[in-house]
Amino acid sequence: MTRRSPLDAPPWIKLSLIALVVTYIAIVVLLPLGAVFTEAFASGFSSWMAAVTEPDAQAAIKLTLLVAAIAVPLNTVFGIIASWAIAKHDFSGKALLISLIDLPFSVSPVVSGLVYVLLFGAGGWLGPWLEEHDIQIIFALPGLVLATMFVTFPFVARELIPVMQSQGRDEEEAALSLGATGWQTFRKVTLPNIRWGLLYGVLLTNARAMGEFGAVSVVSGHIRGETNTMPLHIELLYNDYNLSAAFAVASLLAGLALVTLVLKTILEWRHGDGLVARGH
Amino acid sequence: MTFKRRSAIPGFGLTIGVTLFYLSLIVLIPLTALVLRAATGGWAHFIDAAFSERAVAAYKVSFGTAFIAALINAIFGVIVAFVLVRYRFPGRQLLSALVDLPFALPTAVAGIALTAIYADTGWVGSLVAPYGIKLAYQPQGIVIALVFIGLPFIVRTVEPVLADLGADAEEAAATLGAGRWRTFRSVVLPEIMPALLTGFALAFARGVGEYGSVIFIAGNMPFHSEIAPLLIVTSLEEYDYAGATGIAIVMLLASLAVLLVINGIQHRERVRRGL
Repeated sequence: MTRRSPLDAPPWIKLSLIALVVTYIAIVVLLPLGAVFTEAFASGFSSWMAAVTEPDAQAAIKLTLLVAAIAVPLNTVFGIIASWAIAKHDFSGKALLISLIDLPFSVSPVVSGLVYVLLFGAGGWLGPWLEEHDIQIIFALPGLVLATMFVTFPFVARELIPVMQSQGRDEEEAALSLGATGWQTFRKVTLPNIRWGLLYGVLLTNARAMGEFGAVSVVSGHIRGETNTMPLHIELLYNDYNLSAAFAVASLLAGLALVTLVLKTILEWRHGDGLVARGH
Repeated sequence: MTFKRRSAIPGFGLTIGVTLFYLSLIVLIPLTALVLRAATGGWAHFIDAAFSERAVAAYKVSFGTAFIAALINAIFGVIVAFVLVRYRFPGRQLLSALVDLPFALPTAVAGIALTAIYADTGWVGSLVAPYGIKLAYQPQGIVIALVFIGLPFIVRTVEPVLADLGADAEEAAATLGAGRWRTFRSVVLPEIMPALLTGFALAFARGVGEYGSVIFIAGNMPFHSEIAPLLIVTSLEEYDYAGATGIAIVMLLASLAVLLVINGIQHRERVRRGL
């Protein structure tokens, strides 16, 4: 139903605004998406297949999945714990704490990677000690996981805090007064209420974790077949002028982005009220 | 604990403890290490590293292109949000989902795709090349990438405010004889202004720090199209830790300043609404 408003009075204004927006989104968003898939299959399906199944690409895919499999669950657990503390309790300094949790959003991904190099790298604070004990963090899996965790740190908490706040504390207080323990209250009362928001937050965390480029680029060392995640493998192929292979691997990540968006749209459609009351 | 007001819900001590511990471990300690690193090198050394001629040129490119891109996004973002909130038409849901694509699409993927489109041989690049217009491998290429990256920020911050804004005030303005444009300018625009500024600041901050989508299309020429995050990476590759740290500190301060501005806007808004 169209809401009556004096601003949308004559149809020609309405139609030209819609046409403008459709054209704009098509140019800004659809064109790059189309380019990825067009270039990926430009030399045929068999060369696409060859590009995504060759050993270095396979290693990159496995590494990306592994990094996400470690970073996403850890950040999810943190997100739930942090939003419980923030949304269900009152304390001073809450606004500051939320700002600090949000901080990674506004820090450049390159700086996010750099901080770990300065801590754990060869020339870093803990570098000599780590070397002595033969522990490698930078240019290895732990560094990739840490950088990914930094970058995706706020996503789950950011999604859950408003959901928990909008649901208030009455239900939890009722459960507690009936004798439930804190853990039972969380599992039986809070968790069912926040599950769609939680799923949404996990989806966003995962998409960003698998696609992160700048932060992991700084800590990876770019060892082909060893410390290259999918985005880094794409860069390597691209710089080797192997465009069709670069776009073939890129099409996998673009596919992941599309799946994420479809799931997100379905979630908003079906469980709009269980997500953040942000009006979308 | 004295800083906490009483609440019947348990688990505060444990959850706040875990939150602060994890936040310190992943975010605060590493960032502190960065600041300490800069401090131990000495003030003069830091200034030299952070404000070398090449670094200053990179700041100009990064901040300038991010500002222009955020401005373009502010204008089109309001139009997109307005159409999504006020009009019902087939494909609206799809359009709304597409607005989020830049959030979901990995930046490196966006970077190579945009370069393919806007290079001289690309779909769009080849259309404008005969007129001597270059888009890729120039600062304007950076703006193109940042317009893509920043699209969702303004749409998603302005959209809920527009949706909450009833048509009453606009109808009243129209009844009193205000034209459509004047109604928009003096009734709708002031209402969405705080959200618009917040979205602008978010898009700007993201644009200043953006790396993956930019480096493929930028051309990366020092003093011309080299962005500050790339200069950090280049310095690191040359084992110039002081240089990388200095530039990173400047960028960190810039993002803190933007966060403060956003908090200020939201605080003023809460006061204005009497909350």
